[in-house]
Amino acid sequence: MKRAMKIEVDCANCAAKIEDAVSKIDGVHSARVNFMTQKLILDADTDRWNDILEEVKKTGKKVDSDFELNA
Amino acid sequence: MRNTMTKKQQKMLKRIILSVILYVCAFFAPNGTWSEAILFLATYIIIAYDVILRAVKNIGHGQVFDENFLMAVASIGAMCLSAFSEAVAVMLFYQIGEWFQSYAVERSRRSISAMMDLRPDHANIERDGTLVQVDPYEISVGDRIVVQPGEKVPLDGIVTDGTSSLDTSALTGESVPRTIREGDQIYSGCINQSGLLKVQVTKGFDDSTVAKILELVENASDRKSKSEDFITKFARYYTPIVVFSALALGLIPSLITGQWHTWVYRALTFLVISCPCALVISVPLSFFGGIGAASKHGILIKGSNYMETLSDVTRIVFDKTGTLTKGTFTVTDVQSDQYDRKTFLHLLALAESHSSHPIAKSILEANKEPIHESDVDSVEEIAGHGVKAVIAGHTYAVGNQKLMQQLGLNVPAGTGMGTMVYAAQDGRYIGYAEIADTIKPDSKDAIQEMKAAGIAKTVMLTGDSQSVAEAVAANVGIDEVHAQLLPGDKVDCLESMMTNETEGTLAFVGDGINDAPVLTRADVGIAMGALGSDAAIEAADVVLMNDSLKDIPKAIHISKKTLKIARQNIVFAIGVKVLVLILGALGIAGMWAAVFADSGVACLCVLNAMWCLKA
Repeated sequence: MKRAMKIEVDCANCAAKIEDAVSKIDGVHSARVNFMTQKLILDADTDRWNDILEEVKKTGKKVDSDFELNA
Repeated sequence: MRNTMTKKQQKMLKRIILSVILYVCAFFAPNGTWSEAILFLATYIIIAYDVILRAVKNIGHGQVFDENFLMAVASIGAMCLSAFSEAVAVMLFYQIGEWFQSYAVERSRRSISAMMDLRPDHANIERDGTLVQVDPYEISVGDRIVVQPGEKVPLDGIVTDGTSSLDTSALTGESVPRTIREGDQIYSGCINQSGLLKVQVTKGFDDSTVAKILELVENASDRKSKSEDFITKFARYYTPIVVFSALALGLIPSLITGQWHTWVYRALTFLVISCPCALVISVPLSFFGGIGAASKHGILIKGSNYMETLSDVTRIVFDKTGTLTKGTFTVTDVQSDQYDRKTFLHLLALAESHSSHPIAKSILEANKEPIHESDVDSVEEIAGHGVKAVIAGHTYAVGNQKLMQQLGLNVPAGTGMGTMVYAAQDGRYIGYAEIADTIKPDSKDAIQEMKAAGIAKTVMLTGDSQSVAEAVAANVGIDEVHAQLLPGDKVDCLESMMTNETEGTLAFVGDGINDAPVLTRADVGIAMGALGSDAAIEAADVVLMNDSLKDIPKAIHISKKTLKIARQNIVFAIGVKVLVLILGALGIAGMWAAVFADSGVACLCVLNAMWCLKA
């Protein structure tokens, strides 16, 4: 499943780091963080979608404590 | 200004103002007193608490090269060296810079989304005799909606009642309103200017033009360009390298010379400069602005990478029909010694009235006289040649040159631009009509503009005959012609051109009808006149909502400008950082310069990207 989600990320470098970290999560096929439009485009396993989303939130917060995800 | 700020920004602004006041007080407090120390400390806490907090949190997550951590170490380090005013200033200016940067980014974000403000908020639908406003999502195909003057058309459909003029500028960038009447197609995102329109919906909201375009534009900056990838990769190495150099700079010379104070201070300057944000923001912002500026003209570029390719294009390959020409066949010339134009066309139309051939259709369209079945006594179709008809006692032969040869008649040749239809009455030649596809009025100018924009070679591909193709090419100024191609041949032809890479990047321009595979295969595929054509929007990399070739040189200009700004920003950001690093190591530049090299440069890059693209 592929979806675009609204996120909040404060700096452009954090966005790049979050993209890197999220891409490495198990079950994620691809992830793109768009700093300008404040969006995360996530392509991940459908059957584990919610778990992966939780993991994405955690990972994002680790990189930038102001990271927010509004799924 | 207040309502253009987010809540976060407003809160931060208050903190900044308060800190500046306290900082000024501390500056004037008597040196070396408790009151000075307390004022500096208070300022520091107010301005820096969140940075320190985040630094502690992030270091717990193992984020050593985190911006917050680096700034915290730099400022606390400065305090340990009892450079109080500088420690506070570093934080203060860092926060001011960050604030300004986020304000500028937010503004550019808003100005671009305002430009792309296509999303309709409601649709009017009649329910139980009254007009109610509902969410466009709730409308289904076949529903009848009402669009009032001044409203945005919420969904695609067909006008069933009413006439009006439509402002399509949000979709196409075209400022001349389009007249619309009963039976016309209407696209969501346009603004109804004058009359009340009743519309039968043909597409649900998710499939409507506006939803497709919004999706395309919003996702455009996801496909990153080489320069964006370069800068993120650069940042990944930049920060660790500078941090380790700072460590080396703080330790090695100090151990040798024993001047700990001097060298640790210089090392702290390095830490401030090591923040990568100015670099990382400068490039995507330039592309974001470029894509926004292009969409203002009805030019939708599907990604930063395509913008990059577009700026490098040296060869443009065109499809003929529907791209350089209008794609509709009309009677362009009528020649008869015996009859006037009107009577002659009427005769041709009568003879061809039973034929469904496209040529016959254009003759019927050109004819203004009424056609009565009873006027035609008999018709005989001669495949591949034309028709023979008996009208009012005379026998007419209407068809191509071969038909005339069969009758033993010599006929004049045409201009080569179109198809000739000759006519003979009772075995005697009476005249011809020429039917041709007409060249778009702006094709020639557009090709000249492209050449001025640095296009070295223009090529035309067509399924038409060599003579027609060459005539069109000569007329508009195309350099090379490949004619008589079957749809499949076009891809082969394009591929053989692409293997010759020394000639540079290649763009293909088509209308998305029949040429989708070629659009996909080219380095960059440009579809034109795409308003309402889903196939074109899908297949192309660059979508021109208008049917004007002049948008191509425009798109190339915008891309070149964007690339130039992106490169300027990269060079400027890296240049200033390297310069301040060198000056910092030599002890010439202090922390103040370091803060400028970080936040100041980021702000200048943002401004560069914004105001250059406004023009």
